[in-house]
Amino acid sequence: MIWIAVSFVGWLAAWRLNVFLANSALPQRGVLVPAIFGLAVLMVWQGIVWGADTSRVILPAPSEIAAAIGGNPGLLWADFVQTVLKGALSGFLIGCSAGFLAAIIMDRSAFLQAGFMPVAKFISAMPIVGIAPIMVMWFGFGWQSKAAVIVVMVFFPVLVNTVAGLAAADRMQRDLMATFSATYAQTLIKLRLPAAMPFVFNGLKIATTLALIGAIVAEFFGSPTVGMGFRITAEVGRLGLDMVWAEIAVAALAGSAFYGLVALIEARVTFWHPSQRT
Amino acid sequence: MANGGAGVKALAPVLVVLAVITVLWYGATVWLNAQWVYDQAARDGVQVSFADLIPATMAQSRPVLPAPHQVAAEFSKMVFETRVTSPRSLVFHSWVTLSGTLLGFGLGMALGVILAVGIVYNRAMDMSVMPWAIASQMVPIVALAPMLAVVLSQLGLGPAVSKAFVASYLTFFPVVVGMVKGLRSPDPMQLDLLRTYNAGSSAAFWKLRLPASVKFLFASSKVAIAAALVGTIVAELNQPTGLGARLLSGSYNGQTAMIWATLFVAAMMAGALVLLIEVGERITLRRMGMQP
Repeated sequence: MIWIAVSFVGWLAAWRLNVFLANSALPQRGVLVPAIFGLAVLMVWQGIVWGADTSRVILPAPSEIAAAIGGNPGLLWADFVQTVLKGALSGFLIGCSAGFLAAIIMDRSAFLQAGFMPVAKFISAMPIVGIAPIMVMWFGFGWQSKAAVIVVMVFFPVLVNTVAGLAAADRMQRDLMATFSATYAQTLIKLRLPAAMPFVFNGLKIATTLALIGAIVAEFFGSPTVGMGFRITAEVGRLGLDMVWAEIAVAALAGSAFYGLVALIEARVTFWHPSQRT
Repeated sequence: MANGGAGVKALAPVLVVLAVITVLWYGATVWLNAQWVYDQAARDGVQVSFADLIPATMAQSRPVLPAPHQVAAEFSKMVFETRVTSPRSLVFHSWVTLSGTLLGFGLGMALGVILAVGIVYNRAMDMSVMPWAIASQMVPIVALAPMLAVVLSQLGLGPAVSKAFVASYLTFFPVVVGMVKGLRSPDPMQLDLLRTYNAGSSAAFWKLRLPASVKFLFASSKVAIAAALVGTIVAELNQPTGLGARLLSGSYNGQTAMIWATLFVAAMMAGALVLLIEVGERITLRRMGMQP
């Protein structure tokens, strides 16, 4: 009981500190406040597990999860390579390029746009992860089937966003390009694609989260004996919850890093956009 | 689509594209299923002509890719010709999925709106919670579904709870983001006007901020309900009933027509749910006088 009480007092103290920091003019508060909040959550979690003597099967303590990560770096790295680098990344690259190219082709034909866009919008709202069993049947248990699921998942958001982006350059700017007697390709490369980039990156950011989800879920339908989805299912079966949480921590870290990388590239490419200026 | 003519004009390209997709699908059926037919013929020591090949690729019980009419037949068999209460009926499994989705969606909406109100009114909460709410979406929560099922059953909670948990986790984020944006959307002039009326902060909330956020809430709901459906289906992968369970059993038994039929049901459900919210949005906005 004492641990629960200690952790809640600590929580209240952390919260008071955050209220103080949030209303102060400290320049680092944008990082400090969420960091303190995160630590406070971990502290309460640890306190509850120790204090209530929670079964390890229900909720392992953060310290045990950290121990699981520290104890199995090789295993976690192998799973990371299989699921993120082989499955998610290759699927992401193929699917996003395909969506991007399809959008450029579609942009040239008003008929295709009118016919395909409603279908694409409908499909992008669908539970596409459901095709995972079909892809596993077609492409086998390896990373190729995971990549295939991801290709289909990320294709539509990238397509829809890029098509919207290609319409973003305004009339006046296009007329200006016409007065320069710019060709279609020149207008596309110098004006319309740069103007489309904020939209494209919006699609790419949606695609990063989808890619990781697709890779892990597809492994539930069949995988070699390595991979994050496989490890989660296997460890749940053995009630090794600390390892499951370790896998989740790695997945969250990988997802954040992936998203951060795309956001970083976005900041470089679309530095001119109002949302990037601070 | 003010008049019928414009509607038909907008529909024609869509129909053409759908027709092309169907033709391509039939082509792919022949291409992907041909191997099995050749293997079978080689085993029997007979030659297959191209004319025999095409019908043979479309009448397999476990094809690599079922033809559209096979999927339609499977669909009508499991939807119309099976008793609704039977565990072979897709209507039964759809209901399980739909109720799970709606429960999770409702919980996620409530949580999202409460969090958004807290974030808008409390600076410390804004700075503490918002970055973590964003980071929370980096956790592939659907991957947690199998673990949640085990943990929650240890606590004596049924499978419905783990589904609702996943669905509400996916729902709350778009709702928080949309609601925060919506509650902050009234411009300072409007807030100042209320202050000159000597209106308190609760009056400003009910009369200005909340009505202004309705549009944003509906936009988020459309994203959220589609996500909630995906979450529910994935959470059902290790449960006995629901569309997710059907997908997995179809995958284990190689019943591809059933997988496709289940996928179509899921797609129709997603479409219907989004449409429902759209209709609700239109009615609400009209009654609020925000849309003609």
